[in-house]
Amino acid sequence: MSAPVTPTLLYLDNVSVSFDGFRALNSLSLAIDHAEMRAIIGPNGAGKTTMMDVITGKTRPNEGTALFEGSHDLTALDEAAIAELGIGRKFQTPTVFEMHSVEDNILLALKENRSPFATLLSRRTAQERERIEALLERVRLTAHRHRKAGELSHGQKQWLEIGMLLAQQPKLLLIDEPAAGMTDQETADTADLLRDIAKTQAVIVVEHDMTFVRDLDVKVTCLHEGTVLAEGTLDAVSANERVVEVYLGR
Amino acid sequence: MTMQSVLDRQSIIVLLLLGAAAILVPVLNVAVDPASPFHLSDHLVPLLGKYISFALLALSVDLIWGFCGILSLGHGAFFALGGYAMGMYLMRQVGPRGVYADPILPDFMVFLNWKELPWFWHGFDWLPFAAVMVLLVPGILAFVFGWFAFRSRVTGVYLSIITQAMTFALMLAFFRNDMGFGGNNGLTDFKEILGFPIQAASTRIVLFVLSVAALVGGYLLCRWVVSSKFGKVLVAVRDAESRTRFLGYRVEHYKLAVFTLSAMLAGVAGALYVPQVGIINPSEFAPANSIEVVIWVAVGGRGTLAGPILGALLVNAGKTWFTGVLPEFWLFALGGLFVFVTLLMPRGILGAAKDLWAHAGQRLKSRPISEPVSQAAE
Repeated sequence: MSAPVTPTLLYLDNVSVSFDGFRALNSLSLAIDHAEMRAIIGPNGAGKTTMMDVITGKTRPNEGTALFEGSHDLTALDEAAIAELGIGRKFQTPTVFEMHSVEDNILLALKENRSPFATLLSRRTAQERERIEALLERVRLTAHRHRKAGELSHGQKQWLEIGMLLAQQPKLLLIDEPAAGMTDQETADTADLLRDIAKTQAVIVVEHDMTFVRDLDVKVTCLHEGTVLAEGTLDAVSANERVVEVYLGR
Repeated sequence: MTMQSVLDRQSIIVLLLLGAAAILVPVLNVAVDPASPFHLSDHLVPLLGKYISFALLALSVDLIWGFCGILSLGHGAFFALGGYAMGMYLMRQVGPRGVYADPILPDFMVFLNWKELPWFWHGFDWLPFAAVMVLLVPGILAFVFGWFAFRSRVTGVYLSIITQAMTFALMLAFFRNDMGFGGNNGLTDFKEILGFPIQAASTRIVLFVLSVAALVGGYLLCRWVVSSKFGKVLVAVRDAESRTRFLGYRVEHYKLAVFTLSAMLAGVAGALYVPQVGIINPSEFAPANSIEVVIWVAVGGRGTLAGPILGALLVNAGKTWFTGVLPEFWLFALGGLFVFVTLLMPRGILGAAKDLWAHAGQRLKSRPISEPVSQAAE
């Protein structure tokens, strides 16, 4: 490992991704600090999901730099290695293991040795049990622990997935549209939960729901056509002429 | 993981039934008077043994398809390779009793005018060596094949197609005389196994019991695997592969491990099959054979381990009966069965039975209290 190039947790510089001539990301640069929460907004096709794909190793950028903790080159690692480094990702549609119990979903996500041999011989320890207990409590699913994850409501699945992310003990959480399909109360609770998480871990939230973003009360980055259009407080970004034009509408 | 999670109620039933078969078949064959209607005739013992080896093959396919979503349409290849390894041992046991009476070379090599034993035939005169090869040859092939396929993230129907291509390629290769495996005639005319005459009723009884023991062992191994955390990861891969990857699991390693294990189980099944049917030839590699295995699994109930055993036994018993009575209609019946099961019983016989059982249980529970329920008797 070489010496850190940058003190920031996540550092994207000049990242470009093209699919068959379409530039999904166009010289995107972004820096996220330790324990910072950042909201990403932008119209459909702005490159929000592609950006997450680059950070998590699903997509390789054509050019540019993506560094984690200043020295890990994310463009050279695969999904599993990046997850091990401490980057967790929540998908837009809640993706949990539907046939497994709620408890087993958390168990599979716990930060443990992930090699086939280790899992074959693993036995649940008291410490693991405690961590599962605590996580279930935190995402309010203790009462549902033995149910199949597929039976949960949409909002509960979203929370279970966030619980799985927390179980990984990541340093950075990427969260794609957590409020989609949730009731107002659930949305408010989710904002509380994310603010709480951001006290100790960095969080990137992609969201369309402006009330929710206002609720989070964090620095906002607006993407458009694969590049950063505006960055700052929500008020500053909402006042930006170009943002109003391409995203918020007049 | 506890003993209880490995031996659930269903497993205990499976083990009891297989145990009963291992006792009843020999007893009905040996101890019951041949005139009695309960007597099991000598020709049925190897037939049942063949079904049991097919059940083990079905189990191996269920382990990867039912629990990890890998639909192999070429598992017959691993079965056949295990069978060839056993066949080579049995060929070497023939010794000078072959038609050409060559003490070393099997008949087909003498016929081809070969002067000495090819290098890869060495060691096969010793059963422990052959037994290791029964595991290693399918295992290594599966490992190499899986290494490339899973690393390149070949999944779904594409993977199924290349497994099919693999078994087809092997079939063509084994048909060639210069491969050194007997060409299209394969290996046959076996005389004895470990010094016991292979046709003798007593040998066949022992082979049957060994087959059941192997099936029990394979079943317990699979139960242990699927009820471990490793097994939970397999199901996670089956249901949400990319989620599993983003959690930090190396999906390709898991697939490779379970695929290799499954191929080895299939190899053992093949090795038990060959001495009981008395022949192994390249037609065992035929793509249709591998597809048939998938039908057994689907009919019995995918992802249940017990279902595929049931499916293999029922479909093969049906096949034996059908090909005796209406041979030209068997393939139509098999195809029809597959369509029927896929459309109307997507969870197979075992899944449908479980649903029926749960339904009946609910109706029993929701009965008005006025009806007599003899709780005291329970």
